[in-house]
Amino acid sequence: MSVIYIVLTVSVIVGIAFFVVFLLAVKSGQYDDSYTPSVRMLFEDELVKETSNESINSKTD
Amino acid sequence: MENKSCFHCGDDCGQHPIAFDDKIFCCNGCKTVYEIFNENDLTCYYDLQQSPGAVPKEIEGKYDFLSRDNIIEKLTEFRSEQLEIVTLYIPHIHCSSCIWILENLNKLNKDISDSQVNFGKKTVRVTYNPEATNLKEVVLLLSTIGYEPYISLDDFSAGKKQINRTLIYKLGVAGFAFGNIMFLSFPEYFEINEFWLEQYKHMFRWLMFALSVPVVFYSAQDYFISAFKGLRAKLLNIDVPIALGITVLFLRSTIEIVFDLGSGFFDSLSGLVFFLLVGKFFQQKTYDFLSFERDYKSYFPIAITKINRNGSEEAVQVYDIKKGDRLLIRNEELIPVDGILINGNAKIDYSFVTGESQSVRKKSGDKLFAGGKQTSGVIELEALKSVEQSYLTQLWSNDVFSKNKEDQFSNITNKISKHFTITILTIAVIATTYWLFTDASKAMNVFTAVLIIACPCAIALSAPFTFGNLLRIFGKLKFYIKNASVIEQLAHINTIIFDKTGTITSNKTSNAVYDGLSLTDSESLVLKNSLRGSNHPLSRTLYQILEENNIVTLDNYKEHIGKGIEATYDNISLKVGSASFVGNEDHNATLNTTVHISSNNKYKGKFTFYNSYRKGISKLFNQLKNNYDLAILSGDNEGERKNLEKLLPAKTKLIFNQKPDDKLEFIKYHQNEGAKVLMIGDGLNDAGALAQSSVGIAISEDVNVFSPACDAILDATKLNSLYKFISASKSGIKIIKWSFVLSFIYNVIGLYFAVTGQLAPVVAAILMPLSSISIVVFTTICTNLIGRKLK
Repeated sequence: MSVIYIVLTVSVIVGIAFFVVFLLAVKSGQYDDSYTPSVRMLFEDELVKETSNESINSKTD
Repeated sequence: MENKSCFHCGDDCGQHPIAFDDKIFCCNGCKTVYEIFNENDLTCYYDLQQSPGAVPKEIEGKYDFLSRDNIIEKLTEFRSEQLEIVTLYIPHIHCSSCIWILENLNKLNKDISDSQVNFGKKTVRVTYNPEATNLKEVVLLLSTIGYEPYISLDDFSAGKKQINRTLIYKLGVAGFAFGNIMFLSFPEYFEINEFWLEQYKHMFRWLMFALSVPVVFYSAQDYFISAFKGLRAKLLNIDVPIALGITVLFLRSTIEIVFDLGSGFFDSLSGLVFFLLVGKFFQQKTYDFLSFERDYKSYFPIAITKINRNGSEEAVQVYDIKKGDRLLIRNEELIPVDGILINGNAKIDYSFVTGESQSVRKKSGDKLFAGGKQTSGVIELEALKSVEQSYLTQLWSNDVFSKNKEDQFSNITNKISKHFTITILTIAVIATTYWLFTDASKAMNVFTAVLIIACPCAIALSAPFTFGNLLRIFGKLKFYIKNASVIEQLAHINTIIFDKTGTITSNKTSNAVYDGLSLTDSESLVLKNSLRGSNHPLSRTLYQILEENNIVTLDNYKEHIGKGIEATYDNISLKVGSASFVGNEDHNATLNTTVHISSNNKYKGKFTFYNSYRKGISKLFNQLKNNYDLAILSGDNEGERKNLEKLLPAKTKLIFNQKPDDKLEFIKYHQNEGAKVLMIGDGLNDAGALAQSSVGIAISEDVNVFSPACDAILDATKLNSLYKFISASKSGIKIIKWSFVLSFIYNVIGLYFAVTGQLAPVVAAILMPLSSISIVVFTTICTNLIGRKLK
């Protein structure tokens, strides 16, 4: 069997994997609020400790 | 003296700043918030943004209803023994400091485990442990730090909102397929009869087929549904040729690869759907923090205090109020049902319901209508009706609120699509007939090629991109529009109707003219100082208008609620208030609000209040008068007629004493006469008129707070630019027409290839994206040029 089948399979699988990740990201609400995270990441380092656990909880909806 | 601004809220501290910790504050409220933050090591709040805070408001007893189980149940999105999650809408959220402090709530209350801000929607999602704290405490905490949540009846019935993300999914699927199909079809564009390509091209083709199946059956399904609906209603909307194009593309491509005739048009197909969806996505600009669908529910409180027979107070849900219930209404609370005043000093602000700007005084036994806001002290009333049957809420049972305006209106794209579809079908038939006689084998090829190349992708994209871009430009200029079709309707209006109170007049300031014997210096000193102590709205207004004076301590000061103020200083005894209080019974009754003054029991004169009109109103009306019919519909009395006549062009119709229903009927009447009406209003009393008109614009002093259901929300400071916005909408229509011309040129080129039977996949693959992209570029550049003119 030609190597092209393997290459194609791999590329399609990689493509689909990224696609699935995209769907999961949309589903978790990542695209619902596109502004706040951009501000949140600029807070000082010491404050990140308090704000870092939010991404975990945000997936409950 | 130089005025300094408050460290917390940035307001002017006036002459008595409160100093604390080397900082100055305008009031104790602001100082307290600072103290809280200071103690909890949260002063970083002030580093992120200068003076980000808000003055905390009195909230005594206001949130008692939040301890009721059935209300908590409705407001929380998740509830268990150890964990509750609630999302609260906080209008004050406006900067990065707000995000920071709200996400650090756990430092202020350790039982809050997590809080997350959605800046766009101005909400904070709080997770807390209900065993240790409760919803009421969370809300009170937020209120004490100046972030009072806004909880209305709307939150109660809305339940758990589902966010619709299907368009993103569809776009994702189409984009994924488009990208991959382009890769797979690329080798065949060059038609080199190369050994390797020959060997594998079948597999490539079937892979493309597999990728395009979800594009056709999932991503493009809306076009099929819409086309089907259009055909059933005997309308040739733009989705008909699109659906036809997609179907033909898919079928022809499938047949080509099954019979090994060619590589098919899968690339063009997925590209087409992808571009169309991008257009749809672009048009779907929404303002998360604004709501265009509000009805009375957004204004009404969730719960109200009920007085039981034994005298105990209890918070009840407003839907549970029954006829005969005794209710307690606190200062600044809204009356949720029609009722009879039992006791207390009622001073009701009906501006929501009638547009009347001055509050009305009521005696016990008088009837109070739902929607009025109590403005002085506590009153008790007995409910006469339930919430849904009350006078104000009945307005919403009118048919106009259930109609969808977009359905009644055929947009520019659909208008052109009718002719377009017929032309294309004719060309296809003629070309096919010609080929049937010359070379029958090519006939089918030509027929499908015409339908494929004529698929009006570029036409379908012109309107979404033009309007979508205008929507964004308008949004930046504080004119928030619900959707693209509103811009189109705005370009077509020929009649403009304004509400008066709150729309062309400003709520915040009014003018007062003094008329009578002139006051001596010492008298005006006492006057200013006595007004200083009063919280009555008229006193506050008058205080703002009068010239600055020294601050003195009055010898004697007494406020007679509902009558006026009495003050003595330095042998001057001043009475300020209603005519009867001051002792002037025989003054000429005027329709305008007046405040009378007497000094040492001698009548001096009166201040007459006039509405203060927004800046640029006169200019705006003069700009508009040549092209539009203008009218003013006011819920107020005729007191302002003379002023308005002076201010506005002569042909402006002035109609007073209009109830909410009258306004709606007035617009309906004019629409039946063929007028396309733009209604501009502000309060709930205009809600019916806003819904009935072709375009209803709500004017708002603070876009985050109140505005009734409407098609667009305009910031009050931008009212004078209304003419420019309408002109820009008209230019928008012109842009779309020009881009139609542009896409016709592409279609003519494409049709040449199609009817001569030489449409190769590579031509389609180049022509289709090229036309779409050039349309996008053209509309974007043109709308930005319009936008530049607006500024």
